[in-house]
Amino acid sequence: MTPPKGTVDYELDEKRVDKLVSVEKAPVIEPGHSFGSVTDKITSIVLRRGTPLWWLGGIAITFGMLQLLLLACTLLFAKGVGEWGINIPVGWGFAIINFVWWIGIGHAGTLISAILALLKQSWRNSINRFAEAMTLFAVMCAGLFPVLHTGRPWLAYWLLPYPNTMGVWPQFRSPLVWDVFAVSTYATVSALFWYVGLVPDLATMRDTARHPVPRFIYGMLAMGWRGSARHWKRYETAYILLAGLSTPLVLSVHTVVSFDFAISILPGWHTTIFPPYFVAGAIYCGFAMVLFLAIPIRALYGLEDLITMRHLVNAAKVMLATGLIVAYGYGMEAFAAFYSGNKYEQFMWLNRAWIGPYWWSYWALLATNIFTPQILWFRRVRQSPPMLFIISTIILVGMWLERFVIVVTSLHRDFLPSSWGYYKPTSIDWATYVGTLGLFFTLMFLFLRVLPAISIFEVRTLLPEAKVSKHGDAHLMSGADL
Amino acid sequence: MYGMLAEFDGPIELTEAAEKAYAAGFRHMDAYSPFPIEEVSEAIGFHRSKLPIIVLAGGLLGMLGGFALEYWVSALEYPLNIAGRPLASWPAFIVPAYECTILAASISAVVGMFALNGLPQPYHPLFNIMEFENASRDKFYLCLESVDEQFDPANTRKFLEEMRPNNVWEVPY
Repeated sequence: MTPPKGTVDYELDEKRVDKLVSVEKAPVIEPGHSFGSVTDKITSIVLRRGTPLWWLGGIAITFGMLQLLLLACTLLFAKGVGEWGINIPVGWGFAIINFVWWIGIGHAGTLISAILALLKQSWRNSINRFAEAMTLFAVMCAGLFPVLHTGRPWLAYWLLPYPNTMGVWPQFRSPLVWDVFAVSTYATVSALFWYVGLVPDLATMRDTARHPVPRFIYGMLAMGWRGSARHWKRYETAYILLAGLSTPLVLSVHTVVSFDFAISILPGWHTTIFPPYFVAGAIYCGFAMVLFLAIPIRALYGLEDLITMRHLVNAAKVMLATGLIVAYGYGMEAFAAFYSGNKYEQFMWLNRAWIGPYWWSYWALLATNIFTPQILWFRRVRQSPPMLFIISTIILVGMWLERFVIVVTSLHRDFLPSSWGYYKPTSIDWATYVGTLGLFFTLMFLFLRVLPAISIFEVRTLLPEAKVSKHGDAHLMSGADL
Repeated sequence: MYGMLAEFDGPIELTEAAEKAYAAGFRHMDAYSPFPIEEVSEAIGFHRSKLPIIVLAGGLLGMLGGFALEYWVSALEYPLNIAGRPLASWPAFIVPAYECTILAASISAVVGMFALNGLPQPYHPLFNIMEFENASRDKFYLCLESVDEQFDPANTRKFLEEMRPNNVWEVPY
């Protein structure tokens, strides 16, 4: 490189780098907002702007997809699980793949609302509401699958321990029973957390709505919240305790889901790395779903000043980090298979990646889940919403493939060649899966239309005028006096 | 009359007003704001909530209840031989007991918070003041309540007006 030319290039680059760096250090919300303006901006989406055309178009499509679920379930209830592609040896198929995929998607919502709250990451405040909604809807979709998979879903309550005339009780040494406890607790706590977070904003909606009917409904849901200082104090205590309780809960849920596999003796499932690798994968694909939702929402509602570039960049970094943990998990599976000296484990891996009929799924998994996301190392990619949207979609597909690889390729070749088989999903399998996508996005559309998608009161606390720092110091001193 | 309500523009003004009222001897008062302000609850003399102890109790009950259920079912009521393990195989009972702990503690946190706050309470005298709607938007309120010994309609109004609020209202029941 010749010195004069190099100097010019360097200067140009410096300017570009400054611009790029400034995005990552930018404030969490754009300057110029006041308590009133953030309130108006977020409530107007629901109360003032009416129903946008894209919303109607979107919900028409997703509601149509939801009808597929109705159709698939009707056929399933009438004829039984034989409508699905499952059989011995692959008895778990789509139902469990989709269960694990959905529940994993839910985990990023809890991570954002609970773990980032404990770590005082204030940037979470403008994305936690819809991330929690995402959790709740994803857990609903997840919960459907094991219930449908029981074959007689109307008897699903048999999973719960209750005194019954049959004199039968659940078998508490089974990870499948642990899963019932973990997932039902997760669904309940997520719903509570979401509702508690909504209460002050429901009061804002009550006070902002003009029409008496929404005023009444929001008023009832807000429980008469009036922003009293005593109430706020207890509220914050409850919120932080819920965050503290949800943090170990979310880690335990996917750990227990991985126990469903790891506690069996099947090669490909019987692995100690499963719990951490499942949790990392859950957060990975959950953040992909957060970006998949946040990028269109901020563009369509013009919320770029509240969901800023910094949110997208931070989410991309979390995806990159958890994606690397997942990559380590894949590597460790292969290493452990050969290092173990166990010929069944070695065969499992060779079959999965090379000689088996599903070899393509393993390489598709590596391409979507491990190789593609590596371009997130480039700052330019992290700062490009369209690129992030595409990568998130690819990761969502990749994480689905991961569960396909784990469930199907492990089951279809076990210890005895006489019990080998081949699994192929039926159209009813696909209809059920597409149907839950319809359920999820329909609920998401309804949520965007009737509830504040961004936490209003938490965004208010991000504004500089919300700080009473002078008094904070004074109180520290008065504390010392006591 | 329920009390005397003053409106302020910002959290700093509200905190100062609450501190002055506390210093003047008022104890029955409350501040209202569109977001939590730690300094304000300190200023009105509300330092500690009983909630953490309720949550701890709920969590412990959940844990013991969950474990007791598992032990009773597996060892006493419905003993099954699963791979020759002991009937009271406690390590396998940890996971459901753990989930029960979190479930009961979370429910206690939410129910306890609402119960201690006296919610749901659809009617409150403050809702009689039209402008109080802004308490959930961008205004900050201090209410000195008539049950306080220091309360005297004329003097209290004067006391509040000295703090330069936007407005002062009498709150009827």
